[in-house]
Amino acid sequence: MIRMFAIVEREMRKFFRSPMLMIMSLMMPILQLLIMGNAFGGKIVGEKIAVVDYDHGPQAVRLREAFDSIAVNIKTFTTVDYTDEVQAREDVRTGKINAAVIIPKQYSRRVYAQDKPVIGLVVDDSDQFSSGSIEGEMQSVVAALTTPVIQPRMASQIALEIVELYPYVNYLKFLLPACVAMAMYISVMIGGGMLYIDDKARGVHEGYLVTPITKLELVFGLNLAAAIKAVLAGICLTVIGSLIAGLGVIFHPVADLELLAMIIVTAVAFNGMMFLLMVRVDDPLTPRAMFGVLNMLLFYPSGAMYPIAAFPPWLRALSVIDPFTYCIDGFKAILLKDGGFTAIRFDLLFLFVFGIGTLLIATPLFKRTL
Amino acid sequence: MSTPAIAVEHIVKRYGDFEAVKDVSFSVAEGEIFGLLGPNGAGKSTLIRMMTTLIPLTAGKAIVAGHDVAKEADAVRHLIGVIPQALTSDPDLTVEENLSIYAKLYSVPKAERVKNIAEVLEAVDLTKWRGAQVKTLSGGMRRRVEIARGLVHNPSIFFLDEPTTGLDPVSRIAVWEMLSNLRAKRNLSILITTHYMDEADKLCDRIAIVDHGKLVALGTPIELKHSVPGANVVEVHFDRETPEWQARLECLDGVTSVQAESEGFYRVLTSSGSKTTMQLVELAASLGETLTSLSVQNTTLDDVFVHYTGRQLRDEQVKPPVFTLPPRPGAQP
Ligand SMILES: Nc1ncnc2c1ncn2[C@@H]1O[C@H](COP(=O)(O)OP(=O)(O)O)[C@@H](O)[C@H]1O
Ligand SMILES: [Mg+2]
Repeated sequence: MIRMFAIVEREMRKFFRSPMLMIMSLMMPILQLLIMGNAFGGKIVGEKIAVVDYDHGPQAVRLREAFDSIAVNIKTFTTVDYTDEVQAREDVRTGKINAAVIIPKQYSRRVYAQDKPVIGLVVDDSDQFSSGSIEGEMQSVVAALTTPVIQPRMASQIALEIVELYPYVNYLKFLLPACVAMAMYISVMIGGGMLYIDDKARGVHEGYLVTPITKLELVFGLNLAAAIKAVLAGICLTVIGSLIAGLGVIFHPVADLELLAMIIVTAVAFNGMMFLLMVRVDDPLTPRAMFGVLNMLLFYPSGAMYPIAAFPPWLRALSVIDPFTYCIDGFKAILLKDGGFTAIRFDLLFLFVFGIGTLLIATPLFKRTL
Repeated sequence: MSTPAIAVEHIVKRYGDFEAVKDVSFSVAEGEIFGLLGPNGAGKSTLIRMMTTLIPLTAGKAIVAGHDVAKEADAVRHLIGVIPQALTSDPDLTVEENLSIYAKLYSVPKAERVKNIAEVLEAVDLTKWRGAQVKTLSGGMRRRVEIARGLVHNPSIFFLDEPTTGLDPVSRIAVWEMLSNLRAKRNLSILITTHYMDEADKLCDRIAIVDHGKLVALGTPIELKHSVPGANVVEVHFDRETPEWQARLECLDGVTSVQAESEGFYRVLTSSGSKTTMQLVELAASLGETLTSLSVQNTTLDDVFVHYTGRQLRDEQVKPPVFTLPPRPGAQP
């Protein structure tokens, strides 16, 4: 036991003496939370749209009033007057403006005659997000104009308010569980995988192996140390991330206990997996090369960035065996849904069994000799 | 005669088809400093690793401190101290923390741990630096930390793999003195590997010369030097190179071998330095050739090495190790 704790002691002293590892494991997930959370969660504003009016009738005026109210209220776009359709198309193509609305001759007359009135919309669909947003807005304008006046205004008023109240926090919150998982993954990757291989290459293990330490003491010492580091990274990110995302859950003791349980089993699971992957590796380049590949294989199929429900079957299958899936599911249940212990017990069980299982497979593969 | 500290019998290590150690046998007496001398890649580290339970033997037997390394590895590990070739003390930790962690790895109880650490720090003259992070120390001091670390559990046999490689001459001599003192005070048996001839000569009681995995010579430095035909070495440098000199030198009285070292530079082994020198000077004068330098020395281990291996140790290409990390920022060379 004293020998196992000597290994843990060395790792922990090293860990606290060079805080770089901790900073590195927290930096990327926090940046991810801040940048991706804000970049992807926001709605489109300030697009420029050309209006080519060949009609000038009363219905065309109504349409332009509707555009003006969008420009003032939700600000998706503002309008610029063009006289020439060809010029407008050219400017959309070169990116000077984002879209063009063409109101054809006889538009008002056709509306009154109910003779299939049509408005032309030219969008730059190389940017799906912007064009989709403009198209959506246009559809609702057109829909509003073809139904009685009062109702759609009320409806759009309400929809508008919901969006304005939570401009982007929704996506930021959605990302938080993924970022906690990411911080723990990086910690395990660097603090477990890379340091372990580097120590091997540097001869530190040779130093251990000439002492009477047993294989089990060495394996458990190394894994315990790596798991503790991951737990610390997980706790730090949960606290910092919750504050950034404005989640109050961390102030509830019961939720804290649930979070801690999730963090611990996640550390066990990630660490067991990493140890199994690294147990026979000698070349320090291997974990560095694996970092990105593993990240791709584990992170994206887990539903961290996009709901699993939208995955094709093969990707779903991958997500079933991916410990990230359970980790993120558990954190979501506590952080976003306040699901309580029942909601996370299967996640806890899976992660724990996964971690212990991989460790049990890895231990016999660990060589007590060089 | 007491039982030897180390007895190695016909040990072999094969990596696939490659035989890194070929049927080596020797024994190290208690209290002896025994040197394994050989160029890079000779198999010295492989030998040490087999004796210190780090790698299994392919064949043969190694008894260390009375225990078979293959069958009683744990007993052996308790009784030996090992300093691997690479510097493996943790640069981020202090000297004392490094020692303390190793003492714990040997399950040394607390009271004894404190006492032992104080003693070994004193022995390697690092008491003042006990609280310093290892990365702040010089190369020579780091080696001394390693030496102290290998001794925290009071082993009876001490293995050191190239403890002076990369050190400046002053630090090297300090390490030799330290090892000699430790041996005297602690009744240690020491096995050391080196590729420095002078080091083996000055420090070791007995030397085994290893080349290409084979043990090619074994004895005290004096025995080894005597085993080479010729008692002196005459080094002569001619003004200009003439191919005939090789043959001419071989004909002189007492000469046992002539090695051409470089343009016009020869090392001549002879049983009588003075006679050979006189004849050489006369011969050169009669031929009208000029000598730029001439010296007479006793044979050294270099000559022993050349005699047994047919080549010069210092000519050996230094093979890059299989893989090394780039030095950490702030690490001392
Ligand atoms: N793990 C290994 N696999 C294959 N060959 C090895 C291994 N370790 C050492 N060798 C080879 O064995 C020979 C002896 O190496 P080593 O004992 O390290 O030499 P030395 O310590 O004398 O410089 C070298 O040719 C080296 O390449
Ligand atoms: Mg070596």
